[in-house]
Amino acid sequence: MDTPIRWRISIAGWISESTTEPVTQAQWIRRVVKPLLWAAGLTPLGWLLYAAIHDNLTADPVKAITHFTGRTILVILFLTLSITPLRRLTGFSWLARVRRLVGLFAFFYAVLHLVIYLAFDRGFVFTELGEDILKRPYITVGFTAWLILLTLAVTSPIAMVKRLGGKRWQALHRLVYVAPVLGVIHFAWAQKKDIRLPLIYAAILGGIFVWRLGSIRRKRAPG
Amino acid sequence: MLIRRSPDIRSSEITDESLYWRRRDWLASLGFGAAAVVMPRLAHAVSRQEETNTWDEVTGYNNFYEFGTGKDDPRKYAGTLRPYPWTVSVEGEVARPGRYDLAKLFGGLSWEERVYRFRCVEAWSMVVPWNGYPLREVIKRLEPTSNAKFVEFTTLYDPEQMPGQRRSILPWPYIEGLRMDEAMHPLTLLVTGVFGKVLPNQNGAPVRLIVPWKYGFKGIKSIVRIRFVEDQPVNTWKASASHEYGFYANVNPDVDHPRWSQATERRLGKLRRQPTLPFNGYADQVADLYRGMDLRVNY
Repeated sequence: MDTPIRWRISIAGWISESTTEPVTQAQWIRRVVKPLLWAAGLTPLGWLLYAAIHDNLTADPVKAITHFTGRTILVILFLTLSITPLRRLTGFSWLARVRRLVGLFAFFYAVLHLVIYLAFDRGFVFTELGEDILKRPYITVGFTAWLILLTLAVTSPIAMVKRLGGKRWQALHRLVYVAPVLGVIHFAWAQKKDIRLPLIYAAILGGIFVWRLGSIRRKRAPG
Repeated sequence: MLIRRSPDIRSSEITDESLYWRRRDWLASLGFGAAAVVMPRLAHAVSRQEETNTWDEVTGYNNFYEFGTGKDDPRKYAGTLRPYPWTVSVEGEVARPGRYDLAKLFGGLSWEERVYRFRCVEAWSMVVPWNGYPLREVIKRLEPTSNAKFVEFTTLYDPEQMPGQRRSILPWPYIEGLRMDEAMHPLTLLVTGVFGKVLPNQNGAPVRLIVPWKYGFKGIKSIVRIRFVEDQPVNTWKASASHEYGFYANVNPDVDHPRWSQATERRLGKLRRQPTLPFNGYADQVADLYRGMDLRVNY
């Protein structure tokens, strides 16, 4: 609650359990921020279902869904990486407390992405997946990113932070920088020829890295 | 030898109409009347096992980078192409060079329907009822000389009509080529229509090539030049990435693209992949053309 926000007060009556007490940050997150995040996080899935119902997924829907979920993972990872500098910029300390949920949505779409590939492209033949991972560099890279997201998701509960110890947990979770880099490489490598879109993603990721670096530097600078 | 024949491959699954009528005539002429009656029925029965794709799939999911790299770009943007009137320039080692309009190029030949599998190098496929003329009939009337070892085809270059050419995503104009025996093969088609209708712009109006045992990129669209040459032409995708795309580009499940497998394909309209057939299922008709060649080297 280090930043009082005027418009938060105006809906205080709605989110607070009692109208006389001020809204706590926990209430704010639970009643407003998290429901909004859930709605936002499920929007891509909703869009997919809507497009599927309206037969709006091109003549190759499996490819369309695979590409869409892939791009969604990257966008969510970009948002995850933007949370810390955004918090420094705005002073909204509650942003740090929703970062895990945002990251878990990236993992959710990563699971969808892999399951669709496994089901429709590989018919759940796992030996073929193994062959792909070994033989096709773009799949090797993509699957590595997937394993990173799995590791981060599994170790995301508070209990795991305690079990691993803060230092080790933090070191492990630095892998969150690696996953989107691998994801963008995977994206570019899978294109036949036109890599304009992957390059745009790469530029955005580069921008986020520079932004984060800048924001960390400012924090460490004296005064 | 890389050409594998498995018992479940029936190249007759998709009927090559002209061939079967020719076969029927031949049988009839020999007096096998009964056989002639039975064969088309049989052929028809097996051809039903693979369904023709829909008009929407065939005309709405295209690779035609002259109008953009998205699969739906050609349908959206190919309206700027003006396919009529159109002339094709015939050049090179040929007795009758010159500028031909389509009536002159095809006049007197019969418009055929051929239902062919179409296999893209990106590992998706369709079944398409093309309309057109066997390239061999056209070549015969142009009378290539004995020096003509290859045929080179060129797509229109006009960024006004083809806005995708403003970006150098590929070296323009698009060029493709065939060895003379491939060009003279009865399956090879110059296509001017689909589903019995005039070929839509996005499919390569007014005239394109279809070589059903090769990857789709060999099927050059909106052809403005046919050149008979002695040396193997440099086709555009090979020029663009020769380690990934070759001159022959025969459909081959045993030779992978460097980045992805060619063992299976997704037939548009089906969710699961299916095995890719050697020479796209036309092996018994075309494998002889490549006897003794290492298809791993000549991909």
